[in-house]
Amino acid sequence: MSEQDTGRKAKPALSKVRRDQNRREFLRTLGLGVGVVGVSLAGLLPLIGAANARLRPPGAIKDLLDEQQFLAACIKCGQCVQVCPVEAIKLADLLDGVGVGVPYIDARAQACDFSCDGLQCVLACPTGALTHHLDFPADTRMGYARLNRPDACLAMQGKGFKGLARGPEFRGTLRYAEVDRWTPVPVADHPYDLELCDLCARQCPIEIRIIECAAEKPPEPGQVARVAEKIGNECPPRHAIALEPMPGGQGMMPVIKDGCVGCGVCEMICPVEPTAIVIDIDRVTEVPV
Amino acid sequence: MSYMLDSLRHLAGLPVERPAPERQSQEVKFIYERKSQKRLTKETLEAIDAAHAGTAKRHKWRNRRWITLIIVNLIFVVSFQFDVQLVEGAMTASRVVGFHFADLNSALQVSLAYKHMVLNLVIGTVTVLILWWLLGGRTFCSWACPYHLIAEWAEWLHLKLAARKWVRDVRFHRGVRSVFYAIFVVLALASGYTVFETISPTGISSRALIYGPGIALLWVLALLLFEVFVSRRAWCRYVCPIGLTYGLVGLTSPLRVQYNVESCHHEGECRKVCLVPHVLDLTIKGRAEDTKVDVAADCTRCGLCVDICPTDSLTFTVKGLAKVL
Repeated sequence: MSEQDTGRKAKPALSKVRRDQNRREFLRTLGLGVGVVGVSLAGLLPLIGAANARLRPPGAIKDLLDEQQFLAACIKCGQCVQVCPVEAIKLADLLDGVGVGVPYIDARAQACDFSCDGLQCVLACPTGALTHHLDFPADTRMGYARLNRPDACLAMQGKGFKGLARGPEFRGTLRYAEVDRWTPVPVADHPYDLELCDLCARQCPIEIRIIECAAEKPPEPGQVARVAEKIGNECPPRHAIALEPMPGGQGMMPVIKDGCVGCGVCEMICPVEPTAIVIDIDRVTEVPV
Repeated sequence: MSYMLDSLRHLAGLPVERPAPERQSQEVKFIYERKSQKRLTKETLEAIDAAHAGTAKRHKWRNRRWITLIIVNLIFVVSFQFDVQLVEGAMTASRVVGFHFADLNSALQVSLAYKHMVLNLVIGTVTVLILWWLLGGRTFCSWACPYHLIAEWAEWLHLKLAARKWVRDVRFHRGVRSVFYAIFVVLALASGYTVFETISPTGISSRALIYGPGIALLWVLALLLFEVFVSRRAWCRYVCPIGLTYGLVGLTSPLRVQYNVESCHHEGECRKVCLVPHVLDLTIKGRAEDTKVDVAADCTRCGLCVDICPTDSLTFTVKGLAKVL
């Protein structure tokens, strides 16, 4: 204090011009701050009414209506995009606000068919936004299928289906184990000829896996066959979808079972335009323990 | 110690006062005194600058840096396009031949919002922390950040326009960067969302390169237009928390730019090209505490000052390397 009194270290009073400059700089800077923070907060707007809610890859940590944790944990790097063999995963754009750079699946264009077998996206995720607490496709819960246009469903009208499920221009791919066990092929290269359309059930990865498991030979007495030694939900314990006879009708009705994981293959393969079956992202069933 | 304090003041955007005479070494005082007795004429200085402008060294570090930055970012693109799996992911987080890397600021935002760090993220964060600590901290900004490069080109345009007096650099208080930093930390913690990542031009431009362009690039374009027509390098100078995070990493980093008072002509060309010119205030006559001083941690180690200095008074140095060798 005494030093300041002697005036040796006291700062000279600022001139009026300098004070004005400082004031203007402060106001400008305040404006910059409000602007940038305002834009960043605008990123929260799409959360209203869950406008940025989407079908997420397997293992996305979320509750029924809330994916706050998933959006928080995702570091927006796209490693899940890079490992997906059917290129089902896309990154959301800025219109998703805080969801920018976060992975999603547009099931109608390309669903997750689990043809990587090992949930590669989950393994690739560096932050656990796709939780590592699942091992097999039957463990995942992305959503739940729903027949949203029963009147349009070919099976319910008793109709068959002949030709390309989604036309020659469709870019989506699926694994057809009978064609190639390891490489997914374009749906447009795989014509069908069905007396009764059962595409949603026929291509369901969970149903396919159940059939595969049933076909595998049980181990001979006294020897343990490695392939037959199933753990956890490696073999889906519950069905996901089945065609059941309609009461008093000639057609069959797709019925969604509690083994449905919401992968979206049924939505992708449905030959009706627009699709008769969709995935609800706010409904899932319990995972069998 | 004053290196650390000055660095922290620079990073926080606080003014760094000229050193008190008692803190300056006798040697440096002697050099300053000799210089004030024997001033170089304007013609001599101009001749030295002109001779330097024609040498191959004029853009040596800039060229090396641009090549490095482009290669780093292209490896991401090529790895994905041709599925060579060298570097998977984007600038925010990646796997480099299998090893986890995570951008420190992105990892911070995620951890604050999610309030949990899985082991892979811890590994990625520590790896990157060590890497950029060794390389100088804010070296990330000028040698790796994709936005930095396009912002440099925008800056070139801004300076051309400013030279013709078509635009005027609107300046802000540099302290606002640390205010932004605190705001984005609090927002991530309180809202549970990675609010900064939404507007980070580093993340947006890195993803756009690798996964294809989108609407988000319009935000990057808006920032660039602001920098061309309103305020020079505004994002990196006044806003970006990534720079501040890496600046803190660089506080104790061994890789620095060193200033040599003896050979300096105090023309100030280095401060004109610098993104963070306050770190070069020590090149003003009378400001250095000793004959050789390290440029503080807010420096991005871009090397523009090293390139432009006609007398090699600014050079890259690795602390302790001379002792080891």
